[in-house]
Amino acid sequence: MKRNSVFAVAREAMRQHSGWRRTWANPEPKKSYDVIIIGAGGHGLATAYYLGKNFGITNVAVIEKGWLGGGNTGRNTTIIRSNYLQDPSAAIYEKARSLYETLSQDLNYNVMFSPRGVMMLAQTQHEIRGYQRTSHANSLQGVKTEFISPARVKELCPIMNIDGPRYPVLGAHWQPRGGSARHDAVAWGYARACSDMGMHILQKTEVTGINQQGGNVTGVDTSRGHISCKKLGMVVAGHASVVADMAGFQLPIESVPLQALVSEPIKPCMDVVVMANTVHGYMSQSDKGEMVIGGGTDAYNAYTQRGSFHHLEETVRALIETFPMVSRLKMLRHWGGIVDVTGDRSPILSKTPLGNTFINCGWGTGGFKAIPGSGWGFAELMAKGESPLTADFGLDRFRAGRFIDESVAAGVAH
Amino acid sequence: MLILNCPYCGRDKDETELAAGGEAHLTRFGPGSSDQDFEGYLFGRANPKGLHFERWRCAAGCGKWFHAARCTATLEVFGTYKAQTLEPPRVIKDAITAKRPGWSWRNFS
Ligand SMILES: Cc1cc2nc3c(=O)[nH]c(=O)nc-3n(C[C@H](O)[C@H](O)[C@H](O)COP(=O)(O)OP(=O)(O)OC[C@H]3O[C@@H](n4cnc5c(N)ncnc54)[C@H](O)[C@@H]3O)c2cc1C
Ligand SMILES: [Zn+2]
Repeated sequence: MKRNSVFAVAREAMRQHSGWRRTWANPEPKKSYDVIIIGAGGHGLATAYYLGKNFGITNVAVIEKGWLGGGNTGRNTTIIRSNYLQDPSAAIYEKARSLYETLSQDLNYNVMFSPRGVMMLAQTQHEIRGYQRTSHANSLQGVKTEFISPARVKELCPIMNIDGPRYPVLGAHWQPRGGSARHDAVAWGYARACSDMGMHILQKTEVTGINQQGGNVTGVDTSRGHISCKKLGMVVAGHASVVADMAGFQLPIESVPLQALVSEPIKPCMDVVVMANTVHGYMSQSDKGEMVIGGGTDAYNAYTQRGSFHHLEETVRALIETFPMVSRLKMLRHWGGIVDVTGDRSPILSKTPLGNTFINCGWGTGGFKAIPGSGWGFAELMAKGESPLTADFGLDRFRAGRFIDESVAAGVAH
Repeated sequence: MLILNCPYCGRDKDETELAAGGEAHLTRFGPGSSDQDFEGYLFGRANPKGLHFERWRCAAGCGKWFHAARCTATLEVFGTYKAQTLEPPRVIKDAITAKRPGWSWRNFS
């Protein structure tokens, strides 16, 4: 693979960009692999990448029913932060955030990580107390955050109206090194690096069944035939229950649509990411100038990748009080993704009842930020059978009552 | 907009007038049950891509809980029925069979 660099850009500029190569290969499936990962979203691709990079396991296929990055990875609002309350969450999200800092260099692919700062507004007394508690917890975890005053909020984000009347801004939980990244580029960068290590990314290949013998996985049935494997990783987000069902077990998960929308592009007006959890809305400005807006999930199970229209209306209505300028914007596009929500709102990175089979799911509304850390920990779990990053995220926690309860810390968690 | 007919007050209700209550017909387990049964009742969900039995409340109407049979992949509604039952009535089962021959759900007869 040719390296991307400023010299490559200059060279290609001189010859009408005729020398760029395909970013990843499109191979025919082999009969068998050491490891199969189902799902070429960010988490699946990152898992494959760190299996190769950290453990030298490269006889790997990542099997994707659609196109890579076409699931939630290509549909999210790209907020990256690690200001969680519980220690296991802070550990894996901060690992991810810190890997994002150097991911472009590591992958030799620009993922446009922009640590512009994330603020979570406190608009009720309850939220003030909650966020103060979280920022104290963050100090102990070594995650740099602070609780800031309304005046500082206004200084960092002048387009905000902090005076209410319904929900005045009473302060904010501020993580200066949170931010965003280009979601597609994260998937493409990992895919390129995996392909470069000789791994196979099999797009338009749907897993339809999971084969087992004597309690261990032996392979998968796909729309392009049977493929065997020694180890299997299920990393399919909204379809986790469907794939788990193929292997004969059930998950503590419900799949619901989550939506986002973007406005027409406007001049730069907001250089931080703002989340307003009480009114259920969050917003940032993309490099193209669009205001990127997200809201809450639908209340009922669905796999339709669109969601109910009234949620968009509620989200925009909620944001108008805090960002009056939104009322003048035309919205360009809206879409939905199917998010996998667990009983305690924390992810599952775990062994499963089927031998040599592992599952990484339950990231729900907030897993984009976790992609590098999740791939790092899950690859270790798959290679060695255990990982300090994933130890607390096992499936057994629901039976044992060892929840990692982030839902009390934040009603929405993007 | 999803529209469900409340089997108690007989009105068609928009989803904004209803409260969703998750999977229906779960067997409740309480004190004295095994950890596995209790976990299954609290957290284990079929979460199928397809036919789903679920609880709804006529929140902005008569206030009653009722059940619906719905497809999570197409949002098609096969019917709604009263909550005081362990399985859907025959007419609902027939309506589902007409559209999804060979369907099954947990331990329904
Ligand atoms: C609207 C929206 C906004 C969000 N905002 C944020 C945010 O601001 N910050 C944040 O951190 N997170 C956010 N998230 C959550 C985040 O997008 C997800 O947690 C994350 O992208 C999940 O990545 P993944 O790789 O696990 O899943 P996906 O990217 O969904 O990948 C799973 C892949 O598995 C494939 N698959 C499924 N079944 C099969 C099968 N049988 N065979 C083969 N392949 C299969 C799918 O096609 C899919 O490509 C948001 C999500 C949505 C929908
Ligand atoms: Zn009613």
